[in-house]
Amino acid sequence: MRTAVPEFPEARLQELADRYAVAVAAKRRRLWLGSLVLIAAALAAGWMGDVNLRMLAENFWRFPAYFAGTAPKFSFSSAWVDLSEWLWGLPRWTRLLGDTLLIAYVGTLAGGICGFVLCFLASANLVKSRTIVFVTRRVLEVCRTVPEIVFALIFVLAFGLGALPGVLAIAIHTTGALGKQFAEVVENIDNNPIEGVAASGGSWIQIVRFGAVPQVLSNFVSYALLRFEINVRGAAVMGFVGAGGIGQDLIEAVRKFYFTDVSAILLLIVVTVMLIDFVTERVRHRLLGLEGAGR
Amino acid sequence: MSSFNFENQASIAERHPQLFRPDWWNRGKITLGFGAAAALFVFGIVQLDIPFHRLSDGMVRLGGFLKLMVPPDPGSWAQALIYLHALGETVAIAFLGTLGGALLAFPVALLAARNVVANRIIHILTRRSLDTIRGVDTLIWALIWVGVVGLGPFAGILAVICSDFGSFGKLFSEAIEAADKKPGEGVLAAGGSHLHGIRFGLLPQVIPILLSQVLYYFESNTRSATIIGIVGAGGIGLQLAEQIRVLEWQKVSFLILLILITVSSIDWVSGKLRFAIIGRREIA
Repeated sequence: MRTAVPEFPEARLQELADRYAVAVAAKRRRLWLGSLVLIAAALAAGWMGDVNLRMLAENFWRFPAYFAGTAPKFSFSSAWVDLSEWLWGLPRWTRLLGDTLLIAYVGTLAGGICGFVLCFLASANLVKSRTIVFVTRRVLEVCRTVPEIVFALIFVLAFGLGALPGVLAIAIHTTGALGKQFAEVVENIDNNPIEGVAASGGSWIQIVRFGAVPQVLSNFVSYALLRFEINVRGAAVMGFVGAGGIGQDLIEAVRKFYFTDVSAILLLIVVTVMLIDFVTERVRHRLLGLEGAGR
Repeated sequence: MSSFNFENQASIAERHPQLFRPDWWNRGKITLGFGAAAALFVFGIVQLDIPFHRLSDGMVRLGGFLKLMVPPDPGSWAQALIYLHALGETVAIAFLGTLGGALLAFPVALLAARNVVANRIIHILTRRSLDTIRGVDTLIWALIWVGVVGLGPFAGILAVICSDFGSFGKLFSEAIEAADKKPGEGVLAAGGSHLHGIRFGLLPQVIPILLSQVLYYFESNTRSATIIGIVGAGGIGLQLAEQIRVLEWQKVSFLILLILITVSSIDWVSGKLRFAIIGRREIA
């Protein structure tokens, strides 16, 4: 037995096909227009940025050659000796890496605390005064936008070489970045607990403490951990401008063409960053999972 | 209606003892956590040998710098034009870097996504190499590329491409893995090939998310492109580092102001574009 397939009358079908064609054509036109704008912008940017593809093609071999050059010499018979020769500075580098991690940690925590205090002032649902919200937001924006290396450059002049300018630079940048993210979290919370505390006569501090903080804490910790991850990378290059950590040794090795040192330090940095990423990701997933379960 | 007073508080406490009992286990955990964090903080300060006696001196000096910074002043019109050109380079670095990184990362992200290429070895290999690339900071990539193509913004563009390649690869592949697999199965069921499933089932879902991520990175890359000039890779960072080193504070504050304005306008534009593409959805 054959099943009946409903067939459209020819005219109706034609009408539908036409409409489909129109819709698709409009979409195509938008796509083409967008691509044209994108290509034009890319060409303009290429002209502005001195893009020179021929030079790139001619010199590209240097890129893999650089990494090949930094590879340590290994021979099968003396692998152990080669390894210890390659990682000759391991004790010093581990200490510097530890410093880098501590700079990131102290900076993140200090910045996180400042961001924590400021974020409530920057949330329109907790603060009635528009002026306070506006001013706090602009302060956070400045802290966030000026790159931490620039702060570090200035602080090195003010405080002298060492870890202090690095820590301060990271702390200020973190204040801006976390303050903004925290404020966004706070603005999205449930208003009922806040109203409840306010209705039973709580002061502003009590409203924040018992109405807002319990709702946002796990999110805050998760954002702070993510920022710590980012700051570890940032702290690794702080040494470029003399603000402590392993960056100092790295840039020296690069500038003085100590090729095997470059690869050794880079490897150490990459491994450390990966480890930190792995651990913080685990912790963050658990935190967010906790929050999801609590709801 | 009885008011809430001491008496009925006592009776409520009697009826629901579990609500009023202090939760020592939880409190202990929280105290321990905060204690450990604070201890590590103090240990860090001691270990880093932070000179507190230099703090007050430094603050005074910093205040002096700030006073010298106002009013922001580029010096002359010619100088201002040079700065604007450097700013253009910075934006170009951020734009081409983001674009190039995204274009290169897209095919690799498909390889790294478990629901597209079901091969564990390929998946793990691409993921780990992306992680390695991501672990190296943009500034370090810039140092390396300066050695390859020489000083100038082109090295900066290549550096941003490299570091974005790693980040985008990870972000894209996560977005692809989070996609709904039903449309793809629908395409397969209707007789399409695996590639058809990707093209018509997967990509329409993920492209808006990817675009929004790219736009978000354009913002943040403008920030990082302002500094790669410090190692000689073009852009406004070169000027900024130079002016800081020669203590021309008015020029420094002018440059910082330029950066602030540029970044916040790009922030604004890309925010608008992002909402147009994806609506007020959160980026995963």
